[in-house]
Amino acid sequence: MELLVASAIGLLSAAGVYLLLRARTFPVVLGLALLSYAVNLFVFVSGGIRVGRPPIVGAAAGMTDPLPQALVLTAIVIGFATTAFLVVLALRLRRETGSDHVDAGGDAP
Amino acid sequence: MTDGRLLALLALLPFAGACLPALLHRRSRTTIAWASAAAPAAALAILVFLGRRVFAGEVVEASRPWIAALGLDVAFRLDGLSMLFAGLILVIGLLVILYARYYLAARDPFGRFHALLLVFMGAMTGVALSDNLLLTVVFWETTSLASCLLIGYWSDRADARAGARMALVVTGLGGLALLAGAILVAQIAGTFTISELNGMGDAIRAHPHYDIALVLILLGAFTKSAQWPFHFWLPNAMAAPTPVSAYLHSATMVKAGIFLLARLYPALAGSDTWFWIVGGTGLATFVFGAWAAVFRHDLKSLLAYSTISHLGLITLLLGLSSPLAAVAAVFHLINHATFKASLFMAAGIVDHETGTRDLRRLGGLWKQMPVTGLLALTAAAAMAGVPFLNGFLSKEMLFAETLALPDVGFARWIVPIVATAAGMFGVAYSTRFVHDVFFNGPPRTYDRTPHEPPRWMRIPVELLVLGCVAVGIAPALTIGPLLRVASGAVLGGPVPQFDLALWHGFNAPLAMSLVAFALGIALYFRMQRQGRLHAAQPGAISGHRVFDVIERSVVRFAGWSADRSTAAGFQRQVVILVLVALAAGVAPFAVGIPDRLVVAYAPMTPVAIAGWLVLAVATALVVATHRQRFTALILTGAAGLMVAATFAFFSAPDLALTQLVVEAATVLLMLLALPHLPASTPLESSSVRRLRDAAIAVGVGVAMAGAAWWMLTRGGASISAEQAALSVPAGGGANVVNVILVDFRGFDTYGEITVLVIAALGIVAMLGRTSAGRRVDRAGPAAASDPSAEPAGQGASTGTARSPQVSAHSPSSVPPDDDRDPEMLTLLIRGFAPVALLVAGWLFLRGHQLPGGGFVAGLVTAVVLSLLPLTSGRSAAGDNPRTDLHRTAAAGLAVAGATGLGAWAFGRPFMTSAHGHVDLPLVGDVEWASAALFDLGVFLVVVGTVMLMLDGLGRLRTERN
Repeated sequence: MELLVASAIGLLSAAGVYLLLRARTFPVVLGLALLSYAVNLFVFVSGGIRVGRPPIVGAAAGMTDPLPQALVLTAIVIGFATTAFLVVLALRLRRETGSDHVDAGGDAP
Repeated sequence: MTDGRLLALLALLPFAGACLPALLHRRSRTTIAWASAAAPAAALAILVFLGRRVFAGEVVEASRPWIAALGLDVAFRLDGLSMLFAGLILVIGLLVILYARYYLAARDPFGRFHALLLVFMGAMTGVALSDNLLLTVVFWETTSLASCLLIGYWSDRADARAGARMALVVTGLGGLALLAGAILVAQIAGTFTISELNGMGDAIRAHPHYDIALVLILLGAFTKSAQWPFHFWLPNAMAAPTPVSAYLHSATMVKAGIFLLARLYPALAGSDTWFWIVGGTGLATFVFGAWAAVFRHDLKSLLAYSTISHLGLITLLLGLSSPLAAVAAVFHLINHATFKASLFMAAGIVDHETGTRDLRRLGGLWKQMPVTGLLALTAAAAMAGVPFLNGFLSKEMLFAETLALPDVGFARWIVPIVATAAGMFGVAYSTRFVHDVFFNGPPRTYDRTPHEPPRWMRIPVELLVLGCVAVGIAPALTIGPLLRVASGAVLGGPVPQFDLALWHGFNAPLAMSLVAFALGIALYFRMQRQGRLHAAQPGAISGHRVFDVIERSVVRFAGWSADRSTAAGFQRQVVILVLVALAAGVAPFAVGIPDRLVVAYAPMTPVAIAGWLVLAVATALVVATHRQRFTALILTGAAGLMVAATFAFFSAPDLALTQLVVEAATVLLMLLALPHLPASTPLESSSVRRLRDAAIAVGVGVAMAGAAWWMLTRGGASISAEQAALSVPAGGGANVVNVILVDFRGFDTYGEITVLVIAALGIVAMLGRTSAGRRVDRAGPAAASDPSAEPAGQGASTGTARSPQVSAHSPSSVPPDDDRDPEMLTLLIRGFAPVALLVAGWLFLRGHQLPGGGFVAGLVTAVVLSLLPLTSGRSAAGDNPRTDLHRTAAAGLAVAGATGLGAWAFGRPFMTSAHGHVDLPLVGDVEWASAALFDLGVFLVVVGTVMLMLDGLGRLRTERN
């Protein structure tokens, strides 16, 4: 199981980084989304991978580590905010320069 | 109220008073001046009231811990020295407030000026009264900041900005050195309390770290008090309004360094290091400043160099380390503040009346402004050290002390000679100040006709000059008692006998004075007659030059490195960033993997394998199809759903819920954005480039997979066992994740929802400008010549440019738009929405005990509420910005913040949950309420921000129709 999780994280990050290196804004946004999946999963599984043990007090089987989950939960929401910010930035760039190339605004004053 | 509380009140009053002028900034200048005078006047009354105990030989103290772990206490102590200095700050501050009422022009922001002035006054009073060295540093830095803002008050002037920056850099760096020195001294002595430090002088001086600590503290004091070679910021600070120069840069702030030397005198003074560094610097500054002042053509610049010189004089006196010299230092500190503040004010009046401060253009003003002239003449005479004025007395004391030096080699005879020379230059520039402005030929013509200033503008000058004369004629009566208690506090022991009489007989000091007078006046008139003085070009000032070179090099280096890293473009930056991160991540493993496998593998299940396959295929397809944007987006959403499934599978129901809703919201957001971007990505990168990127990507992937594998197979103890154990008893909730979010780490969450709000506001700001630009573009050719803007799947609707104004006015009359209002979806969502909102409420309510909570409930609510209007092709509020959403988000922050603050009402630290702290019969209910209130804030923030984002993008779509 560890192998599956680790390879999934690797795959998501590789895809994310590749898209992050593209020249247009839209793939960059997608790449960032994939990369944040990878990072969120990574942080999440740092608490160990356990099946059927949610971090609710009172469960008979014991519980998994709740702390990484709390960290990741806010990361997901913040990730949404930054994605939205990036998308709107891309729109604005396109509006100002007529292009969606990542360096389109580079020479603007 | 006890005296201790009164003292604390005195220290804090000016800060509180700073709010008044800021709030009243629209009122008349007289109102603002009265308002800003209120706090210093009250503080002065308290000071006088408490002063009775100081004169009786007692001290008033007030102390309470602030950050106990650091040794930082809010400790104030009123003894002779702090009373003197605080009194100086408050009295001259009040006079400056009165003066500034008439000095500043009507267009100057008056409220800001007074608010800053009072902040400065509070910081300065804090420096004077603080009995904790760390607290002193805090106030010290505040004075630097306030000074910078006041120098740059006329922020449209380049010289003001440059002067402000220079002052901040020099005094700020000195402040850092002071902080280091303070910490070192505290480590030597084991306390930050100044009164205790002063009792341990011998132990401190004997410590091997004494020299380093002393030099660091002196760096702070010398930069602040403009000692050579750090003096150059002070003349540049003259770009400030003259009231500021009179107050900060002659009477008070520049004295802070000297005050600190006097304050720590028992702890630090008396060693050879002290004598040579403090005395040497003081002497050099004394003569250098006096010499340089003679050749300044700007009235304020002359005064600035003269100030530098007098600060050097006081430093020299402290450096001499004899009790009588210390008395003289305190005496001159008072005298200089009175005559120099009045001279600055007189210079301001001259500037105000003639429009110039250039000594080469001024002259003959005596006829037009006799009263101001007389005042300036008297104050300048005090500066030069003429008998019957206060400056004479302290200067005589200085000369006497230079002659009384112990036998320390060449210093024995060089100090008196240099001091006499400095006195000579002092006479020369004082003569110049009066002669060049008020005499030196007939009246000149200026842009305006000079006359006496308003009555009340001259009053502060008159009072100060009156002080000069009174002290000069009857020193023992006027200043004697104050000088005695202040000197006693400096010395930390018995005060030596000193005689404040005017006439000591014809002795050596008097001879030195006479020589200085004769030579000084001769020097001035000789140079003046030959015309050399007005032709003199101020030479290169070394310190200034060095500062400029350093500043320019730093700026150039910053620009160079920024250019280097950004010129290559965004992609290059990302490559660098990724490679550095990769290297940093791999480096520890290169040293060697420390241990072997310690946990057993979890078994692979068919469900997991199937999920992995779906995720892998979706991810791979995203990359493969990323140039077809719509497809890639849907596939990314699919990958996100699989991530949510992974969370669910590995016992994280909260994460799964959140990820699920966020995924929906993200896809929705991107779908709204897609029409405004090209439908596909052109193939731009060369195959080599793509291969290189793929190599980097694979490298990162392998590294991440390796790190994850390593982490998963090592095991290790969790750090959250305590949180899990305390969740129910301390947090009152069974859902540990939620308890951590809203209770244990509530402050983190508070920061994070603040970030959410900031991001949403940024989006709103950017969209606002975008839609404005769009309206302009629609009329212009830009939109027409932009065929790539044609959105996918919108071809049919582009011809029907429906005005948003029309739809806003009569929404019901808009014909159904078949293209974008799929009947099925509309019906589905309208029917589904109430149920979804119910689910959101349910999620919110159970959040503390079971999976759910404010985040996910807010997301569900926001998505549903945003979908509703979108299905009808319009945003919910037509074309007007949704102010109610701003309010929702703000209210959320307020609720969360207020819940945190609520703990204060029960005497608990910020963000303490109510559980266990409120002793009510229904304890269970109360603890539940506290955390749930915070969660309600989170909920409101999420609803407000997410809807703001979606609504903004949706509005964009409406306008495009």
